[in-house]
Amino acid sequence: MPLAATTILICAGGACISAGEESVKQALEKEIEKYALGDVVRVVETGCMGACSLGPLMVIYPEGVFYQKLTPQAAKKIVEEHILKGRIVKEYLYKMPTGEAVPEAVEKLPFFARQVKIATRNVGYIDPLNIEEYIARDGYFALAKVLKQMSPEQVIEEVKKSGLRGRGGAGFPTGLKWELTRKSQGDKKYIVCNADEGDPGAFMDRSVLEGDPHTILEAMAIGGFAIGANQGYIYVRAEYPLAIERLNIAISQAKEYGFLGEKIMGSDFSFHIEIRIGAGAFVCGEETALIASIEGKRGQPRVKPPYPAQSGVWGRPTVINNVETLACIPPIITKGADWFRSIGTEKSPGTKVFALAGKITNTGLVEVPMGITLKELLYEIGGGSSTGKKIKAVQTGGPSGGCIPSEYFDTPVDYESLQKLGAIMGSGGMIVMDEDDCMVDVARFFLEFTVDESCGKCTPCREGTKQMLKILDKITAGEGAEEDLQELENLATVIKDTSLCGLGQTAPNPVLSTLRYYHNEYEAHVKEKRCPSLKCKQLIRYVIDSSKCVGCTACARVCPVNAISGEVRKVHQIDNEVCIRCGSCIEVCRFGAISKVSP
Amino acid sequence: MPDLCTTGERLFKELDQYIDSIGAEPDKLISVLQKAQELFGYLSSEVQQHIAEALGIPVSQVYGVVTFYNFFSTKPKGKVQIKVCLGTACYVKGGDRVLERFLEELGTKPEEPTKDGQFSIHAVRCLGACSMAPVVLVGEKDFYGRVKPDMVPRIIDKYKEVKVQ
Repeated sequence: MPLAATTILICAGGACISAGEESVKQALEKEIEKYALGDVVRVVETGCMGACSLGPLMVIYPEGVFYQKLTPQAAKKIVEEHILKGRIVKEYLYKMPTGEAVPEAVEKLPFFARQVKIATRNVGYIDPLNIEEYIARDGYFALAKVLKQMSPEQVIEEVKKSGLRGRGGAGFPTGLKWELTRKSQGDKKYIVCNADEGDPGAFMDRSVLEGDPHTILEAMAIGGFAIGANQGYIYVRAEYPLAIERLNIAISQAKEYGFLGEKIMGSDFSFHIEIRIGAGAFVCGEETALIASIEGKRGQPRVKPPYPAQSGVWGRPTVINNVETLACIPPIITKGADWFRSIGTEKSPGTKVFALAGKITNTGLVEVPMGITLKELLYEIGGGSSTGKKIKAVQTGGPSGGCIPSEYFDTPVDYESLQKLGAIMGSGGMIVMDEDDCMVDVARFFLEFTVDESCGKCTPCREGTKQMLKILDKITAGEGAEEDLQELENLATVIKDTSLCGLGQTAPNPVLSTLRYYHNEYEAHVKEKRCPSLKCKQLIRYVIDSSKCVGCTACARVCPVNAISGEVRKVHQIDNEVCIRCGSCIEVCRFGAISKVSP
Repeated sequence: MPDLCTTGERLFKELDQYIDSIGAEPDKLISVLQKAQELFGYLSSEVQQHIAEALGIPVSQVYGVVTFYNFFSTKPKGKVQIKVCLGTACYVKGGDRVLERFLEELGTKPEEPTKDGQFSIHAVRCLGACSMAPVVLVGEKDFYGRVKPDMVPRIIDKYKEVKVQ
C-alpha cells in the first residue's frame, strides 16, 4: 500500500454520528473516488474527539487543520479546495469569539490545549479497527515490558506507587485492589472490566471502548498477569452496540497477533477475554451485582464482605476495574509511577475524564489533571453558559452525586474536595444548570431514577427512596408542608446508613446536597407555593403581556389544547385552567409577549 | 395462519442452534434471552418456557431475570421503536416535553404499541449523546439531536410507511 499523503481523521463518536457523520464520510469518499485520490488520501473514522458541540468534525493531517459542523456539501468543497488545491476552506474552520478563524484549533483552542490525555491518549487519533495503529503509539509495549522484565509483584508495586484510584466513582486505590486479589487463595482468578457505564450524562467509557479498544485488552492482560488470572470478562452495556462490535474485532486481532491467547509473546502467561453484555440495570455497576449478572442471574448486590477480591465470579478471587482506570495502566507501566504522580494532586494523582453536558457552550469530553478548579473546567475549557443565563450549579456524579453551587467553583476537582461539598467525583459526568433549572425538580428527577433502578433487595432503598420521591412529588406540586423538609432529611439519613449497597447509600445525595445549598428554593415551594425557577408545572401560569401581543395568532394555532383565545390583531389570552404548560406558545411567539409566572 | 407457524418454528430452531453454539449452561441465560428477543422481538411466556427447558433451569428463574432487566420486554413492541432520552442532560434540555409530545401525537402510552402496531415510544436513560440533548433515537441508528417538541410530527411522518424494523 502506498503511503497516504493526506490523512483525514473524521470523528465517529456518538454525538458526531447523531449529527450526521456518516453522510459526511460518504460524501468525502465519493469525492475522493471521483478525483481518483484513493491512493494518496486516507479517510479514518476515529473514536470521539471530544468537542461534541462542534460535530460532525474532522482533522486533516499532516497540516492539522480542524474542520467543524460539516455537511456533505462541506465535504465536497473541502476535497475540491483543500485536498486538490491546498486552499483552506475558511467557512468550516472554528471561529474564536473574536471572529478569527483558526485552522490549527486542536493546538490553539483552550478546550483542547488545556487537556492532558492519558486515558484517552489514542481516542480520536487512531483507527480503532486497526491494531497496527495502536501498536504504532506504543500499544502492547507495556504488556511486553511486564512479561519480559517484571514480576507480578513489581507490577502491583508500580501501580500502587502511581497512586491510581478507581475512576468509576469510589476512588479505591487500584494497586491495593490488585494486591488483595493476588494474595487471595483460589485455583482460578478473574479480572473484570466494568464497562456498564450507567450514570446518565457520562460517556467517557464509551469513547475509550469505541475509540481505543486495544488499551483495555492490554490493561486487562497486565492486570491478569499481576493478580494471577488467565481469564478476563468485559461487562459492557447493551446500549453500546458499536463498542461491543469494536471490542470483538479488537479481541480477534489481538489473538491473531499473539497478544491474547496461550503463551503470550513466548512467555508462560496465557490470557483470554470474553465479552458479557449487560441487559440494562443501573445497579449492575455495583461490583457484587455485576458479578451476579455475569453468572447469568438477576443483578442484585449482596452483603460485603466477602469482597470480590476474596470471592467474586463463581466464588473465585476477582478484580473489577472500570474502563477509564484500566486505560491509565499501560502508560503507567511504560512511563513509570513517578511520571503519573507528577500529574494531578498528592492524593488524587493523574487525570480524570469529564463529560460536560447541560447548559454549557463546549459540551463534550475533556481529560484534565486532577486538582483543576471547577471554574477553570467550566469556564476556560467549557466556555461558560450556553444560554446567556448565569450558571447556577453543576451536578457531578450522576444519581449518586450532588449539586455544587457556583459559589464553590474555586474548589479543586479531586475525590476528597468534592466529597466535602456533598457531591462525588463519580464517573465524571458534569451537568451544568442555569437559573431556569429548579433544584427541587432536579432532586426529584434523580430520585425518580433511583426508584426505577433500585433492585428491590433491601428495604431502606426500595421503600425509602419511594417515600422520598412521594414527598418531592408533593412539594413540586405545591402541596408540601414545612415538616416535609425535615422528614426528607430524616429518611435520607436512614437510607444512607442502612442500605445494602452503594446505590442506596448514595441515592439520597442529590436531595441532601440541594437541601443544603438551595434550602430557600425548597422553602419557596413549601411556604409560598412558588417555583423560583419557573419550572414546576403545577406552580406556574402562562401570561400574555398585552403591551407586547400584536394578535398574530401564532400561539393560538400552536396550542395543542386550545387554551389560547383571541381575534386577529387583538391581544390574546391564555386560559390557565386548560393550559397544560407545554411551552409551545413561548417558542413560537416572535414578540416575547408570553411569559411564565409563579404563582 | 400457516405462514406464521412456520416462521415461529424457524425462529425456535435458530434459537436452539444459538444455544448449542454457546453451550446450554445456566450462566448463559442472559445471552440466550438477548438472542431470543432479537429473534422474536419480545419474550413471550412460550419463549421463556422453551429457554428454561433448554438450559435446564426453572421457568421462574427465567422470568425473574427477564423482569429484572430493563432491556427485556414481555410485550410486543411497535414495528418502529422510538426512544426518547431522559438522561440528565436531555431532561435539563426539555426531553420530557419531547416525550409528552410523542405520546400525544400518537395517542399511546410509554412502552405500548400504537393501535396499528406501527410505533412504540420508550423513555430511555442516557443514549450517551448528551451534547446533542435532547436526543431521540428511532430504530437502532437514526439519531435526532436538539429535538424540539415541534419537530415531533415531522419525525413521526418519516416512519409512517416503514414496514419492517
